[in-house]
Amino acid sequence: MTSNLLEVRDLHTRYGRVEALSGVSLDVPAGHIVSVIGANGAGKTTLMNSVMGILPSTGELLYEGQPLRGVPLETRVARGISLVPERRDLFASMSVADNLTLGAYSRRQQKWRGDLDHVYERFPRLLERRKQLAGTLSGGEQQMLAIGRALMGKPRLLLLDEPSLGLAPLIVRDILRIIKTLQSEGVTVLLVEQNARASLAISDSGYVLETGEVKLSGPARELAQNPELTASYLGG
Amino acid sequence: MTAPPPSNNRFPFRLGLSVAAVLIALSLPLLLPLFQVTLLVNILIFAIVVTGLVLLTGILGLTSFGQAAFMGVGAYATAVMTTQLGWNPWLSLPVSLLVTGLIAWFLGLLTLRMQGHYLPLATIAWGISLFYVFGNTPALGGFTGLTDIPPISVFGLELTSPRTFAYLALVCLGLVALGAQFLLSSRTGRAMRALRGGPLVAEAFGVSAFGLRVQVFVLAALMAALAGWLYAHSQRFVNPTPFGLQAGIEYLFMAVVGGSQHVWGGLLGAGLITQIREQLRDILPGLLGQQGNFEVIVFGALVILVLQFARQGLWPLLERLLPQEGIRILPEREKLVPRSKPAPGTPLLSVQNAVKQFGGLRAVGDVSFDLNAGEILGLIGPNGAGKSTMFNLITGVNPATSGQVTFMGQDISRRSAGQIHRLGLSRTFQHVKVLPDLTLLENTMMGGYARGKAGIIRSLLHLERGEEAALQHEALRQLERVGLGAGAFTLAGNLALGQQRVLEIARALVADPTLLLLDEPAAGLRYGEKVELVTLLKKLRDEGVTILLVEHDMDLVMGLVDRLVVMNYGEKLAEGSPQQVRENADVREAYLGVDMEEEGAA
Amino acid sequence: MQIFDPTIFPILAADGLTNGAVYALLALALVLVFAVTRVIFIPQGEFVVFGTLTLASLQLGRTPGTLWLVLVLLGIAAAMEAFSLVRSGQTRRGLLTVGIAALLGIGIWALTGWLAPLKAPLWVQVILTLGLVAPLGPLLYRVVYQPLQNATVLVLLIASVALHLVLTGLALVFFGPEGSRTPAFFEGNLTLGQVTLSWQSILVIVASAALMLGLYLFFERTMPGKALRATAVNRLGARLVGISPSSAGMLTFTLAALIGALGGVLIGPSVAVTYDSGFLIGLKGFVGAIIGGLVSYPLAAGGAILVGLIESFASFSLSAWKEVIVFTLILPVLLWRSLTTRHIPEDEE
Repeated sequence: MTSNLLEVRDLHTRYGRVEALSGVSLDVPAGHIVSVIGANGAGKTTLMNSVMGILPSTGELLYEGQPLRGVPLETRVARGISLVPERRDLFASMSVADNLTLGAYSRRQQKWRGDLDHVYERFPRLLERRKQLAGTLSGGEQQMLAIGRALMGKPRLLLLDEPSLGLAPLIVRDILRIIKTLQSEGVTVLLVEQNARASLAISDSGYVLETGEVKLSGPARELAQNPELTASYLGG
Repeated sequence: MTAPPPSNNRFPFRLGLSVAAVLIALSLPLLLPLFQVTLLVNILIFAIVVTGLVLLTGILGLTSFGQAAFMGVGAYATAVMTTQLGWNPWLSLPVSLLVTGLIAWFLGLLTLRMQGHYLPLATIAWGISLFYVFGNTPALGGFTGLTDIPPISVFGLELTSPRTFAYLALVCLGLVALGAQFLLSSRTGRAMRALRGGPLVAEAFGVSAFGLRVQVFVLAALMAALAGWLYAHSQRFVNPTPFGLQAGIEYLFMAVVGGSQHVWGGLLGAGLITQIREQLRDILPGLLGQQGNFEVIVFGALVILVLQFARQGLWPLLERLLPQEGIRILPEREKLVPRSKPAPGTPLLSVQNAVKQFGGLRAVGDVSFDLNAGEILGLIGPNGAGKSTMFNLITGVNPATSGQVTFMGQDISRRSAGQIHRLGLSRTFQHVKVLPDLTLLENTMMGGYARGKAGIIRSLLHLERGEEAALQHEALRQLERVGLGAGAFTLAGNLALGQQRVLEIARALVADPTLLLLDEPAAGLRYGEKVELVTLLKKLRDEGVTILLVEHDMDLVMGLVDRLVVMNYGEKLAEGSPQQVRENADVREAYLGVDMEEEGAA
Repeated sequence: MQIFDPTIFPILAADGLTNGAVYALLALALVLVFAVTRVIFIPQGEFVVFGTLTLASLQLGRTPGTLWLVLVLLGIAAAMEAFSLVRSGQTRRGLLTVGIAALLGIGIWALTGWLAPLKAPLWVQVILTLGLVAPLGPLLYRVVYQPLQNATVLVLLIASVALHLVLTGLALVFFGPEGSRTPAFFEGNLTLGQVTLSWQSILVIVASAALMLGLYLFFERTMPGKALRATAVNRLGARLVGISPSSAGMLTFTLAALIGALGGVLIGPSVAVTYDSGFLIGLKGFVGAIIGGLVSYPLAAGGAILVGLIESFASFSLSAWKEVIVFTLILPVLLWRSLTTRHIPEDEE
């Protein structure tokens, strides 16, 4: 029985009077990759932003068994939660190297230089372009940089919001493969994707979100075969 | 059936309050001690300036620190004409207004294209410049100013005493405030409120953002000039000090403290700040043991506290205690003229080889499709496929880099959003853009902006009631049509997201469109809301409305549209009937995503 | 024209360059504050005034009023901080904050009270001046701007104008209506052919240049400097790597206050500063900052130096109209800036 690194219980998030998440519960066991899939507007990004503390929410969030209520975003980062947001939010007018260096901002020790080399090993393209401004990178390279920046913070829990968005299929495969290798290095991943089939293929378990509620959940393999999933994506 | 306006039964109470307020205002100049009446005259004059600022800053969202300078132009103009040319003040009034209006118009043309914070900085700059112009021009008396300005006479009575002058100031303020209220309840007022949140919605319904800004800017300057005229003839001398930047800042503070979105907030702020200043001028020097302009410390701190704790100002806190004023439904005398629609089947919209380039990124690459009258066309594709870019390109928000878009036989590739709207295209927004503080009725009426004609002057004078009535009834009919008729007088902010989207559809329908563009109307809706939306769209289709639907939700689209265009990576992936598209292998991959199993072979 | 007279031109140019260097420092501070916190910091010039007049008070052996302002703000800031800590359940940290603030306040009070009447050497007084004015930055940020963190640029601008009035009024209370000059750091002139420059002017120009170089290195080479740039570029991105907007704001305002105070110390010997000089001095820095679009540091500095030169030549030939010229100049610049700033449609992904 693995313990849960993150537990979400009955999470509600609203924008003004509009409720975007109505009672979402899910478990992210330590060392697992968990996918959350769903259509546009289903509340996937809201879920990520609520876990990260960008949006205020009600309900319970437990990280390493400790409640996250009232913990500001910056402290969550320092405790080992990292989000790669949908818009990537890179520092566009700063160099690739500066972007990565800043990824280590929350770490007190100065031992991040080794990690920088490690990120460059993982993404050789970033090493080539380390002096280039982040805003001039291609979409795929920006995604690599965003993941690299998050890894510089040595996260225990990595939240990935639609890493495949706007990328060509070949690059999507690369990115997903890298996510799989992160798992083998002990990083727990919560992955939000529209790209259902591919994300379930690398995940241990999955949740299908629809209009702010969990509609289906289960082990990734079973979920991928579920005819309801296909139907909800392509229309009945 | 429309619900009766909920306000009718309470209206007399509000009316009673208004009558009482007017009676008190009329008796004050007789009852107060003389120095208080002098203060009252100043408050009334300042309130006229602040009323202009409410329209400009509170409603339209353009912050100005330069109103005191316009007041100065009005004051100096009348001072010069009455002292040096010997004109009657009543003759110099229109000329003062004209001079100020022209200067404001020129400054407006120069500065109102500025965005965001550049405009207030510009007002600071010309506020200082005009102050030094007043002070350094010998003909204007330099820093000592001009004296011996004649008093104003009314029917042979010279208004030399503050008690008589107060009545003139009261009449002026009354007219200005009433005009401002009339303006706010008009077509122009709605456009001003819509513009506050950004030009997107306003321009989509045919408002010329820049033109309206210039008009309101000049109007606010004219109000300041009227105040300047009054000030010059009540003080009987002018010098640069009351028209400097500090005064301009204080006018803005009056609006902020009182409540910059309310005409009565402006009056409250003018009264409060002027009174506090008088009190502080008595107390502070004694307290600090020296002479000086110390009240600014308190004003500054007061404004910071108001911004931190009551950002809407103090009036809204008071207004909560008052009965709410509802909208009166006017009797419909005439109907709006409907647009002649093309016969079903005729070509309506045609996109040819559209390309949109953002720097190095090709968001839309060589996409073509056609749409005929009476048809429902779905434009679908995964996130980031370029649907929104295509939408902006058709609606004129962000024109194509190359290629051609034709609508109603005209090339609209380079037209503005407003011009395209007037040709008969009406839209909704992916991120709902309704004004939460206005009723459903007012929100819906915004959609009929391009069908009305009344400008700012007719609105100020309340002469557009016939047109307003026609718009009200058309909006009520459209609300009824989409099923929101029962809540026409509730606030839009109280609606759930699904109903807000439906409200946007009603707003678009008031424009009597030839083509309705819906931008992801189902995004974020619950299952039940989606079912209702589909029912509504089917009903509209059966009524002959032509619709272009940009959507992500396949379920919703499949049962509704005649034809589909599928986009992916900025290009057209497929086109055809729902059935054809569903069976297309490329579409399946685009939606379900790449298959990781295939990679074993690679 | 007379200003091109070879005996007059170099004097005007040197004058313009000296003032321009100080305006450039202010322009840099304004760009920095706006980029990191979105605050259009109208009161920047008040830091200059507090710098000069605090030093002038110390010259006379008086305890500057700046001390009382620092102590009051420290009290309010500590109370606000403690209140929010207690409300989120961290009572002990809240009490600790109040304790530390009290110790800090007593320390500053004792040090200033001891040093002020001694008429210590000029450099000691300069350090004390910087030590008194610089804390105003973070304290004002905490008390005025941090509660408005989510407000629009326009609301922040109105708050800035309000704060400007408060500080001007307080300067009048603390320092009185008369202008003050501080003694020159160096006497004498340097003559190079036709051109004669005072050592004081050279000091101002060199010190400004050194400060700019220091800022450049801070932003390019250090983690805190990069963190400020990151916050300016992408606020959410910065939060996601753990940079809190409040600490970035505090640091920025500390720099702004320090730069302002230093500017005040530098111009003190050449300009008679009164309690209300700050607005015009700050606005001239502003013209420079706006020439840089409130984003570009080199353009802002260049623009500010240009303003100094224009002002210097205008004050010689059209002295009464020099403010009109400088501030009318801002209009075309603003127009050009707002037309060249790309307007991003606020909608859609």
